[in-house]
Amino acid sequence: MNRLLRTNAFRLAALYLLLFVASVLALLAFIYFSTAGFIERQTEATIDAEITGLREEYGERGLSGLLDIIHTRSTAPAPHGDSTLYLVTDPALQPLAGNLSAWPRAEQIRPGWIRFPVEVRTRQGTVTSSAIASVFVLHDGFRLLVGRDLRDAEAFRSRITRTLAWAALLTVALGVGGGLFMTRHMLSRVEAVNRTSERIIRGDLSQRVPLSGSGDEFDQLAANLNAMLDQIERLMLGMRQVTDNIAHDLRTPLSRLRARLEVTLLERPDAQRYADALRETIAEADHLLGTFNALLSIAEAEAGSRRETMAVVDLAEIARSVAELYEPVADDKGLSLTVESDALIAVHGDRHLLSQAIANLLDNALKYTPAGKVALRAHRQGGTARIEVADSGPGVPADRREAVFDRFVRLEGSRSTPGNGLGLSLVRAVARLHGGDAWLEDNEPGLKAMFTLPVADSRIVPATRNAA
Amino acid sequence: MKLLVIEDDREAAAYIAKGLSESGYVVDHAAEGRNGLFMASSGNYDALIVDRMLPGMDGLALIAALRAAEVRTPVLILSALGAVDDRVKGLRAGGDDYLVKPFAFRELLARIEALLRRGSGNTQTTRLKTGDLEMDLLTRGVTRAGQEIELLPREFRLLEFLMRHAGQVVTRTMLLENVWDYHFDPQTNVIDVHVSRLRQKIDKGFTKPLLHTVRGAGYCLRAD
Repeated sequence: MNRLLRTNAFRLAALYLLLFVASVLALLAFIYFSTAGFIERQTEATIDAEITGLREEYGERGLSGLLDIIHTRSTAPAPHGDSTLYLVTDPALQPLAGNLSAWPRAEQIRPGWIRFPVEVRTRQGTVTSSAIASVFVLHDGFRLLVGRDLRDAEAFRSRITRTLAWAALLTVALGVGGGLFMTRHMLSRVEAVNRTSERIIRGDLSQRVPLSGSGDEFDQLAANLNAMLDQIERLMLGMRQVTDNIAHDLRTPLSRLRARLEVTLLERPDAQRYADALRETIAEADHLLGTFNALLSIAEAEAGSRRETMAVVDLAEIARSVAELYEPVADDKGLSLTVESDALIAVHGDRHLLSQAIANLLDNALKYTPAGKVALRAHRQGGTARIEVADSGPGVPADRREAVFDRFVRLEGSRSTPGNGLGLSLVRAVARLHGGDAWLEDNEPGLKAMFTLPVADSRIVPATRNAA
Repeated sequence: MKLLVIEDDREAAAYIAKGLSESGYVVDHAAEGRNGLFMASSGNYDALIVDRMLPGMDGLALIAALRAAEVRTPVLILSALGAVDDRVKGLRAGGDDYLVKPFAFRELLARIEALLRRGSGNTQTTRLKTGDLEMDLLTRGVTRAGQEIELLPREFRLLEFLMRHAGQVVTRTMLLENVWDYHFDPQTNVIDVHVSRLRQKIDKGFTKPLLHTVRGAGYCLRAD
């Protein structure tokens, strides 16, 4: 309960209840004043009418006529138990006619109107109640009082008050009960999220927030949290795979490097052999560093931290420039390297990463194509820019075309060729960083490697290359 | 030639200082930013080697402070941060070259040599000359012993870089960065192929070769 008081939901419910009760009370007060007031006004109107009638009588028949009629009215049995009070006195306030025994000691409520206590004889005995009356001074100081006993009005008023009090009590009770119920209900949903979070913090990432199935905003929140957890779990799994791969692929050359140094030390000291061993070790270390740098580039592209430095660049120009770098390599190998590209393909991207991705594709094609041709194509198709490197080499079997994009995956036949198995991983990471993708296709014969990315707004002209 | 190494990793600093001393330089060492700034401000050094992340004062702030104080000593930045924008930040702060850790010592040596030459060389030349090889930067004509040599635009830029650094060892990375503006490592030795093409054009048919391969380091254009 203590915990309940501290929650936001409870505070909200309490505030809402307060507002609710206040408005209900205002409504009840309005009802009270309009009904009770109505009765009072009606009483006064009756008295007014009576006085008007009596004054007319007085005007026509004089004091004796008035005394007559008052005598008649005050002795006649009152209809409906209504008791109208009459009194006529001389200037010394001595009663002349009427059903009041004496001029009352009264308080004035407003000019011409007084309120006073009366004792009324009923079947049950004498009861004290209050009455209001209008007072009128006649000629020569004679006074006329016409009033009404307020017994009925007060009974009605107290009945209204009781009814309204019960209504208010019922409203508050319902409000408190409903508020508590709603708060509890909301709290239980939040609690479910909290319990799941706590279990995840303790290390069980497979936990998910339960859904009620109603599709309300709590369900949406839970679904979003679950989707986020799924993504995190996927990333963690990917990371674990990478760690395993790194452990394997860096451990192998590192242990080879260590073994070489150890063996060199065991053998008979020889300056020439020491120098050779050191040179080989340096080469091996360089290769390791290369692998490490490639891994970092991929991680960087995947993390998306390079997005801030992206600008509008000409992908066609980048492709031609990379082809120019590799052209002599193809030539030396006796391969024909052709470049087909649109005049200008504006994309929003990172020049260095795009260059490296294209270089990796060309490098692969040139490395694995023993003879024939390699073609680099850069084209724009609608809103998509597409880089394609097609070769006439041995190709990649259809069932391995996805796997080679994973880190450190190399085809069996290619183990002898230099390389670290990270080239295509980087290509895909770069393509995805730019909002595209990379994949392999059959070139019949050979392999077609490609990646796509969305083109930039054509109104923006890419900055020209500022290299030396 | 006197160099100042500002590097907080004592082992790395000792190894850099030892290597540079063996290559004939006089080397001072500062292990901390503020002290390094104080020593560098004296202006007694021909080049500075500054680590990017230093205790006391950040390497880039140090360089910016030096440049603000009108100290023009060439600076080589050493850094474990290798992304292109890190490099750009370093050069924008006033560094003259940027070398990513870990590096081959020959690479460091070649870059320091290039920096020292840059400091003394006149930059407004219109003609370059190495032995009997001549380059006119205005007409973009290249001749060797008076004989016209036809070069592709990229080959021209490659030769220009080599001639501007004639007599110095130029590494493959330096060529890739300065001639092609690429900051990644192409796995195939593409640079070697380009250099051997250039060699075909400038050395073939001449008894004395100008373009030499320096084993384990790179290339050197010299007329001996």
